[in-house]
Amino acid sequence: MLKRIAIALACLLAPASLIGAFAQEAPHVEQRAWSFDGPFGRYDRAAVQRGFLVYNRVCASCHALDHLSYRNLGEEGGPFAAYRVRNEETGEIEITLGLHGGHEGQLVPATDNPYVQAIAAEAQVPDIDQETGRDIERPARPSDHFRAPYANAIVAAAANGGAAPPDLSVMALARHGGANYIYALLTGYSDPPAGADIVEGKHYNRAFPGHWIAMPAPLASEGMVTYSDETPATPSQMARDVAHFLQWAADPHLEARHRLGLVTLVFLSVLALLLYLAYKQVWRGVKH
Amino acid sequence: MAGPSTYQPQSGFTRWLDSRLPILRLMHDSFVAYPTPRNLNYWWTFGAILSFCLVVQIVTGIVLAMHYVPSIDSAFASLQRIRRDVPWGWLIQPIHAVGASMFFLAVYIHMFRGLYYGSYKAPREVLWILGCVIYLLMVATGFLGYSLPWGQMSFWAATVITNLIGAIPWIGESVRDWLMGGFSIGDPTLNRFFSLHYLLPFVIAGVVVLHVWALHVTGQNNPAGVEVKTKDDTVPFTPHATMKDLFATVLFIILFAVFVFYLPDVLGHPDNYIPANPLVTPQHIVPEWYLLPFYAILRAIDFNVGFIDSKLGGVILMFASIAILFVLPWLDTSRVRSMRYRPIARQFFFIFVLVCIALGWCGGQTPALSLYTAGPFRAELQWVEGGTRTQQIVRAASEEGAVDAFAAIEDQLTEGGAQLVRIARSSPTEATLTAISGGQMRNAVVEAANLDALEARIADQRETLGAAGVPFARITRTLPFEFTVTRFSQVLTAYYFLFFLVILPLLGLRETPGRVPESISKSIRGAA
Repeated sequence: MLKRIAIALACLLAPASLIGAFAQEAPHVEQRAWSFDGPFGRYDRAAVQRGFLVYNRVCASCHALDHLSYRNLGEEGGPFAAYRVRNEETGEIEITLGLHGGHEGQLVPATDNPYVQAIAAEAQVPDIDQETGRDIERPARPSDHFRAPYANAIVAAAANGGAAPPDLSVMALARHGGANYIYALLTGYSDPPAGADIVEGKHYNRAFPGHWIAMPAPLASEGMVTYSDETPATPSQMARDVAHFLQWAADPHLEARHRLGLVTLVFLSVLALLLYLAYKQVWRGVKH
Repeated sequence: MAGPSTYQPQSGFTRWLDSRLPILRLMHDSFVAYPTPRNLNYWWTFGAILSFCLVVQIVTGIVLAMHYVPSIDSAFASLQRIRRDVPWGWLIQPIHAVGASMFFLAVYIHMFRGLYYGSYKAPREVLWILGCVIYLLMVATGFLGYSLPWGQMSFWAATVITNLIGAIPWIGESVRDWLMGGFSIGDPTLNRFFSLHYLLPFVIAGVVVLHVWALHVTGQNNPAGVEVKTKDDTVPFTPHATMKDLFATVLFIILFAVFVFYLPDVLGHPDNYIPANPLVTPQHIVPEWYLLPFYAILRAIDFNVGFIDSKLGGVILMFASIAILFVLPWLDTSRVRSMRYRPIARQFFFIFVLVCIALGWCGGQTPALSLYTAGPFRAELQWVEGGTRTQQIVRAASEEGAVDAFAAIEDQLTEGGAQLVRIARSSPTEATLTAISGGQMRNAVVEAANLDALEARIADQRETLGAAGVPFARITRTLPFEFTVTRFSQVLTAYYFLFFLVILPLLGLRETPGRVPESISKSIRGAA
C-alpha cells in the first residue's frame, strides 16, 4: 500500500521536476543565499530598507515602479511597516519601525505612517489643480503611485539612446534567476574580453544575455548612498540590497504566503492521516 | 448496472419531494448506493480529483473575473492589482494559475489510466469520447486563459496559435481574422478570449455531467478489466469509494499547496511578467508545459508533402494527435481490456508514456539544438600562393549574354595557364576579373564543433590570407550528420501515431493474452 502511494507520488512529481529542465538562459547566473529562500524564508527588513534607499537615490532616476504605491512600503510585511508599541519604562505609546523580538504592537495604517509620509513627500508627482484645471506638481501622498521618471515610454526611450529603461515592479519575477540575476547583472560590469567586438554606446556585462547592455554601470562607486545603519555602501552591498528590495517589490506577500503555507500543510497532513485511518476502518474486512 | 433504486425517503418532506422531483433519489443512487468494483486502485481516484480541480478553477475564476480588466492597456496592471491589493488576491490568483497545471497533471494521469486498463472499450466508448471532449475543451480554456495576463508569452502564444489556424486552406484566414476580431491580436481578441474563457468551464461542467451519467450507465471499469458479475464484486460507493477518494484528493491538495505556497511561479515562464509588446519577439515562444507535447508535434514537420506545406502539415498532425483519441475504441482490436493481462501491449504502452514525456521535453527546446553530432564540421580551403596577378574590367554586350561571355573569358584564361580566376560582377554587364597565373595551389582543412564556429574559423583564415589579397579558390564544407531536436520529435511523433494506428490494431489480433480472471472477486483471491 505504502509502496503504491510512493509510486503514485513519484509519478505526480516527475513532470514537475521536468519543468526545471525546460528553463534555459545563456549566461550562467550564480545562485546566492537569500533570507527569503526556502519554505521558511522571510525578507531581511533592514536589507529591504537599504535596497529601497538605493532604488530611490539611484535607480528611480530612470526606472519606474509602476505597480507600487508609497503606501505599500508601510503595509504589513513592507520595509517601513510601523507599529504602536508601549514603552515598558515610560508607559507611553511609541511608533517604531517593525516589531522586535517579543513585542506586541498594532500596525499603523500605511497612510498615517510617518516614515511613509516623509518618503512620499520628497517626490513631486503630476496632478491637476482642482480649481483651475491646470497641470501642476505637488508632493506625493502615501496613496499615490511611485513617481514615474518619464512622462511616457517615448520620452523614456528618447532620453536613453532608444531603449526605454524597463519597469522594475516585477523585475525579480520576469527574469530567470530572479534576485540572483539582478545581483549578477549589477555586479557583472567589466572590460570586454580581448578580441570582443565592441558595440558602440553599449556596455559590457557578463550576466546580460548577449553581453552588451544599454545601461551604464549604475552602482559603480562606493558611497553613492549613505546607509543609516552604517553598513558600508560598497557596490556589491548596494547590488545585494537593491536585489532584495526588488524581490520584495515583486512579491510583497511572500511572508504571508509562507506562513499560511506552513499552517495549511500541517492541517492537510493531519487531515490526510485521519482520512487514511478512516479509509482503513471502512475497508477493514473487505478484500480488495 | 445501476439496477433498481434502493432509496427510501425517511421523512414526510423527502417523501413529498421524491414524488415530485426525485433529486435526492438521484443523488442517493449515484453517490451512495452506486455499486463500485471492489478492486479499484488509486489510479481510479483521479475522477474525484478532477471534479475538485474544476470546482477550484471555477470558484477562483469567478472571483478573479470581478477584478480583472480585459483591455490591452489594463490587463497586466489589473493582474498586479489582484496580486498586491485585492484582499486574498495574492492567494487566489496563484491558486488559479497553479490550478490549471494541476488540472492538466490530473487529467493526463486519468487518461493514461484509461489507456492502460482499456476503459475506452465497449461498452464505454461514449464515456471515453465525452472524456476526450472535456480534454479538448480544457486545452481551449487553458490556452485562452494563458493569454489573459497579457504578458509577452500570452501575447506571442496567442499570435502563434491564431496564425496556425490561418494555415488551413480556403477558410483559414477568414477564421483567423474572425477569432482575432481584426488583423492582429489586440483589444477585440482579448475581450473575446476573456468571454470564451469564462464560458468554456461551464460547458466543461455540462459535459462532465454527461460523462458521469455515461459512467453510471455502464459502471466503472476496473484493474482486472472484467465486468461486474455479482454483488460480491462490488462495494457501495459510500463510504468505501468516498473515503478513498477523499484521502487521495487530500494527498493531491498537499502537492497543489506546495506549488501554490512555495513555488507559485515555477510552472510559468518569467517572460509572462514582461508586459506584452508586439514589437519585441521573445527569444523562445513556448506554451505552458501541458501543451508542449503538441507543440513538439507541430514543429516536427519541417518538410513539405506534395501540396501540404510544412506549416499546414504540422497543424494537421497536431489536431490529428487529439482527434485520434476519439476513434481509439475502434482502433484497439484486443478483446482483453486490462493491459495487466497483455504482456506485449503493456511494454508498448510504457514506451508510449515515455514518448509523450519526451515530446514534452522537445517542445521546450530550440528545434535546431543538436543532441548528437557525428564528427566535426569540416571545411577544405584552397588558395594560390605566389604567382602573378592580373586584374581587368570586362564588359559584355548584353545582359542576357553576360554570364556566357564571362564564362568564355574565364575558360580562355584557364587554358592560358591561370591557376585561379575570380569574377566579381559590379553590374549586369560589367565585372572585375582577377586572374593568378603561376604560383602554388595550397590547401588547408579547418574543423570546428558547430557550423557557427566553422564559419568563424573560415573567416579567420580569410583574414590571415587577406593581407596578401588572395581569394580562396574553393571552399568545400563537409557537414556531419546531426540528430537535432526536430529529428527526435519526428521519431517520437511517428511512434505516437504508430502506437494508435498500427501497434494497437495489429497487436490485438496477434498477441496471446495472459489468463484473464473470470470475475473481479476471483482476481482478488488470485492475487492474495
